[in-house]
Amino acid sequence: MKQPLTILQSSCVPLPLDNIDTDQIIPARFLKATDRKGFGDNLFRDWRYAPDGTPRDFVMNDPTYTGSILVAGENFGCGSSREHAAWAIADAGFRVVIARSFADIHRQNELNNFVLPLQVDKDFHTALLEAISRDPRATVTVDLPAQTVTIDATGQTAHFDINGYKKYCLTHALDDIDFLLENKDKIENYETQHCSTRR
Amino acid sequence: MNTLFDKIWDAHVVQHVADGPDQLYIDRLYCHEVTSPQAFDGLRRRGIRPLRPTRITCMPDHNIPTLHQDQPISDPVGRKQVETLAQNVKEFGLTHYGLMDERNGIVHVVGPERGLTQPGMTIVCGDSHTSTHGAVGAIAFGIGTSEVEQVMASQCILQTKPKTMRITIDGVLGRGVTAKDLALYLMSQLTTNGATGYFIEYAGEAIRALSMEGRLTLCNLSIEMGARGGMVAPDEVTFAYLKGRPEVPQGEAWDKMVEQWRELRSEPDAIFDKEIHFHADAVTPMVTYGTNPGMAIAIDGTIPASATESDKKALSYMGFHEGEKMLGKPVDYVFLGACTNGRIEDFRAFASIVKGRQKAQHITAWLVPGSWSVYRQIEAEGISDILTAAGFELRQPGCSACLAMNDDKVPAGKLCVSTSNRNFEGRQGAGSRTVLASPLTAAAAAVTGVITNPNDLL
Repeated sequence: MKQPLTILQSSCVPLPLDNIDTDQIIPARFLKATDRKGFGDNLFRDWRYAPDGTPRDFVMNDPTYTGSILVAGENFGCGSSREHAAWAIADAGFRVVIARSFADIHRQNELNNFVLPLQVDKDFHTALLEAISRDPRATVTVDLPAQTVTIDATGQTAHFDINGYKKYCLTHALDDIDFLLENKDKIENYETQHCSTRR
Repeated sequence: MNTLFDKIWDAHVVQHVADGPDQLYIDRLYCHEVTSPQAFDGLRRRGIRPLRPTRITCMPDHNIPTLHQDQPISDPVGRKQVETLAQNVKEFGLTHYGLMDERNGIVHVVGPERGLTQPGMTIVCGDSHTSTHGAVGAIAFGIGTSEVEQVMASQCILQTKPKTMRITIDGVLGRGVTAKDLALYLMSQLTTNGATGYFIEYAGEAIRALSMEGRLTLCNLSIEMGARGGMVAPDEVTFAYLKGRPEVPQGEAWDKMVEQWRELRSEPDAIFDKEIHFHADAVTPMVTYGTNPGMAIAIDGTIPASATESDKKALSYMGFHEGEKMLGKPVDYVFLGACTNGRIEDFRAFASIVKGRQKAQHITAWLVPGSWSVYRQIEAEGISDILTAAGFELRQPGCSACLAMNDDKVPAGKLCVSTSNRNFEGRQGAGSRTVLASPLTAAAAAVTGVITNPNDLL
């Protein structure tokens, strides 16, 4: 699970719809597992397969499009807080999701699974989709230390935001619990000052 | 600054992480069976135990059947998840409201009704509708499973402080207009991501006039506007609701708590990052027509033209067309329940319409209380008799058809008028079509068999 992410060059899988909710990313009937494995097979399950298992006309079934970068539209990952959505994305081999915007909980879930939610503006988003439509194998370079994303064919580059703490976690494969467990004294100090009774 | 949100947040900051999030102390963690097993596994892998087990309360709600809960769950995978929770709480010494326990129910119904949810608290759960608990004047938000593990391990969470938004509703909600309609109206105006990055405080005359149940419904739906959470400053309605509940202090200790809770309000000079005003007069009974909760219109309105590919995809999925009316559309299923509308007031509202009428013959109706406590009150108030006389059956509590993880699945192509919170594609069962509405509108559909303005029957 904990894989560092620094610089990634890859072609993209375009799914530029708005408001893709986590029920589409991983339908509720697949949330019954008690471990984190195997969710990738059911990523976008009902968009990928008909009820009888026949593949539908869907970008992930089209061998033209491959790579470890998923490109979505506005408000990616809205709805349920299910981290299974981020597990499915990671398990299917994606390391970066480029979108116009992300829902808050899902954004955090991606980060906690070492998948980078990369928000870009409309111009860059349009240019990226055009590049992919011109050449489905068009690659993008994501440079996390430099916080830049580049369409390699045109050289068009954009800066993206990520807080310094999470950037460090991603580039060094550290998670929040590692950090919090190192800060136990601060937690106990807080409780001494603020929690008169242990509720 | 000086908002209610800032006051509670700032009082819970353990430290500001340099160039990063805040480390926030968490007063309550709720867990259900779906988003907790991997967190417990994580603790085992790290060889640690929950830091503050008394602050954690667990209950199964998503997978549980709504009939014959005394018998084993027929779906082996769902059964394993429920059993895994029971084993985990035993291993780690946590409080568990298990199946058939009188305290069991949907976590967002049970927390407030037990008085575990209190003003001024920070509350999290691996469930986006944790926003519900903000109704008592708490900071409550949904988190992922890695974060559940974080809170178990440290009683803290790393979070970037959201921006603040105040939504003020002046005036008085009209006849047949409920908190659900108000929420659907707000979603239709703000869209499904209009509050992303924000935490909402609801204020104004129409909010003050809402019952606790109504406030819980409204705050529940904050996430559907993209907000992390929503809150209402505690007042006499809040204190009257909480007083005497099993987990709140009693006697002198209660009076002392209430004095502290009275300080929990935004100051007159409070500055919000965003302020929005609406008037209650603009709100009518509402229904959704698409596949996200922001795609909502007045019940007598017409479906608007599609602006994007995503809108077109939504209408095509629903089998609806722009310019059509929602009124009169034939309905197959009706679902009353969920953490949105599974409380006693919702059942009273539903009963007020079906009383003296009959369920339309072709309608399958699932009436699912949010908890056993609600179930018992439905019986005690005689509501169950009204429902039975009208041809309805009361089921046992749980999340049920809101997300169809149990047997309550709407078949492909069928249309369900639902009091739940999401109309996403396949949410109520693969291929199902959902129209979100209030308990009154659901009742009107249940007796007429078509989408009907509840005001025609009130």
